[in-house]
Amino acid sequence: MIEFRDVTKQYPDGTVAVDGLDLTVEDGKITVFVGPSGCGKTTSLRMINRMIDPTGGSILLDGKDIRESDPPLLRRGIGYVIQHAGLFPHRTVLDNVATVPLLTGAGKRAARARAAELLELVGLPQEVARRYPPQLSGGQQQRVGVARALAADPPVLLMDEPFSAVDPVVRDDLQQQLLRLQSELDKTIVFVTHDIDEAIKIGDRVAVFRVGGRLAQYDTPSALLAKPADDFVSSFVGRDRGYRALGFLTATGVPVAPVATVPAGGEVARAREALVDGWAVVVDEERRPLGWVSAETLSQMDGSVDAEQLVSGGSLFEVDSTAGTAGSLRNALDAALSSPAAVGIAVDGRGAVVGGVTAQTVLAALADARRSGEVPG
Amino acid sequence: MNAAFAWLFDPEHWSGPTGIPARILEHLGYTSLSVLFAAAIAVPLGAVIGHTGRGTFLVAGLSNGLRALPELGLLTLLVLLTYVGLLPVVISLVILAVPPILAGTYSGIRNVDRAVVDAAHGMGMRSSTVLLRVELPNALPLVLGGIRAATLQVIATATIAAYVSLGGLGRFVIDGNNAGPGSPDGYPQMAAGAIVVAVLALVVEGALALVERAVVSPGVRDAARAGRSARMRRRPTGDVVENPI
Repeated sequence: MIEFRDVTKQYPDGTVAVDGLDLTVEDGKITVFVGPSGCGKTTSLRMINRMIDPTGGSILLDGKDIRESDPPLLRRGIGYVIQHAGLFPHRTVLDNVATVPLLTGAGKRAARARAAELLELVGLPQEVARRYPPQLSGGQQQRVGVARALAADPPVLLMDEPFSAVDPVVRDDLQQQLLRLQSELDKTIVFVTHDIDEAIKIGDRVAVFRVGGRLAQYDTPSALLAKPADDFVSSFVGRDRGYRALGFLTATGVPVAPVATVPAGGEVARAREALVDGWAVVVDEERRPLGWVSAETLSQMDGSVDAEQLVSGGSLFEVDSTAGTAGSLRNALDAALSSPAAVGIAVDGRGAVVGGVTAQTVLAALADARRSGEVPG
Repeated sequence: MNAAFAWLFDPEHWSGPTGIPARILEHLGYTSLSVLFAAAIAVPLGAVIGHTGRGTFLVAGLSNGLRALPELGLLTLLVLLTYVGLLPVVISLVILAVPPILAGTYSGIRNVDRAVVDAAHGMGMRSSTVLLRVELPNALPLVLGGIRAATLQVIATATIAAYVSLGGLGRFVIDGNNAGPGSPDGYPQMAAGAIVVAVLALVVEGALALVERAVVSPGVRDAARAGRSARMRRRPTGDVVENPI
């Protein structure tokens, strides 16, 4: 547990970076500090491992004032991941990851064995271990950064905008991976970002900071979307927060209706008969969706349904999840809205089509959830 | 010029204590002694100044100030102040070699990616470990660049040792000058001496380049190649480390 008690940081020139921060970071959870630049979120993070010392108040780590600890020793017990990863260019990836175990006195062989385990844990192939950081992509470097921070198995992990310098697709990957790792490792993670979507996606609790280093609201993501404390928070959380809040409700209550499917390569005449409301989903042998056909697109094909000439489909959402990856109401609604046929395609865990939903059925399910009190506010 | 090559390839000039090989060894002796002393002073000084950011004015001041000193005048002064011998020669060559090594080391340390240094502190390295294990290995190309520049200057300038009656390749230049214009040991000897100095400089430069390849981490070499553009894009974080113990 990390406790900020009336923590203030004022620089000699009078700038107040953090102003009277009271906040408790819970064990085993991801706590996100989010806010515009100049709000003191990074300063607050860096005060936890004494990269910066507060000018007022105190910070307690598991009940002990961190000022009583020697900074280097304190830091070896706290994982640290930064924006550009900050990998050592002169050391191989494996030796980068072995850094902290070596500092804490592990033997070279043990430290390297541990490093190899961690590279595997963060999903990097074996051959990366012998390379040097400049030879890796930004996303790979960031994975190595996470592995390096975890190498000494610290209970606490500090992450300072770790994913903000990579492209959106890679960022999404890294976020998913962090959530997967956290479900296995149960670290106490403090994560700084300026991206509210990222905060809401990965945080168990989110602290919104305002410029001048004051805490505006500290809450769960769903509560933040449903009940922003004031105008600043609601404007920071963004316009479509009502829509985004749907991301916290699973789509299990949404009835999935049968949807017309035709096999790729099947006869056009048959496909024409199968259309419902003018559309049908084209599927492969394993019933995975390939796209849509309408009467119009079918008339341009001769003989068989050509997988090259389909109308591309919208997003998919997953139902029936034994893997626990059930789609949210947001996924379901987006699937319906982005589909050319106005029918969102529901797939099972293997990606096969199980049916379709319309925007109306999603909204009806939302109304039911509200009535039964599942939706806050 | 033909006379110079004739002098140079005369077998008589390639043996004995006043032959070309012996003079090359003397010349290399003065050079390595001076560069070693200079490095022993300038590398630690530049590293500490670069690491702490304190005393930056010393780097600019020393480099410019020392570079402005005329070597021959300095040597004459030192000889007058002390005695004729190796010491004044080495001192004036050290003074010549310090500025490039100091500047190279300092800027090498300063140019290490701030994110790398921040991460090193953040993982719990002590300040001395950060300097020795992270900053210096990454600064190595620039440190060695400074040493190479210094070595070349010293090789060229070590000819002044002969001016105060010592050996080295300067002997041929000075003796040639004293022999007078008509003598076969006159201008041809001077030109031959100059050619040997130039060739020696090129050979030593090549040898140092090989040393650099051997001691600089391949990751740092890659970073130096790829990093020049990346560093332009990457804004320094300006993060402050307050407990660099």
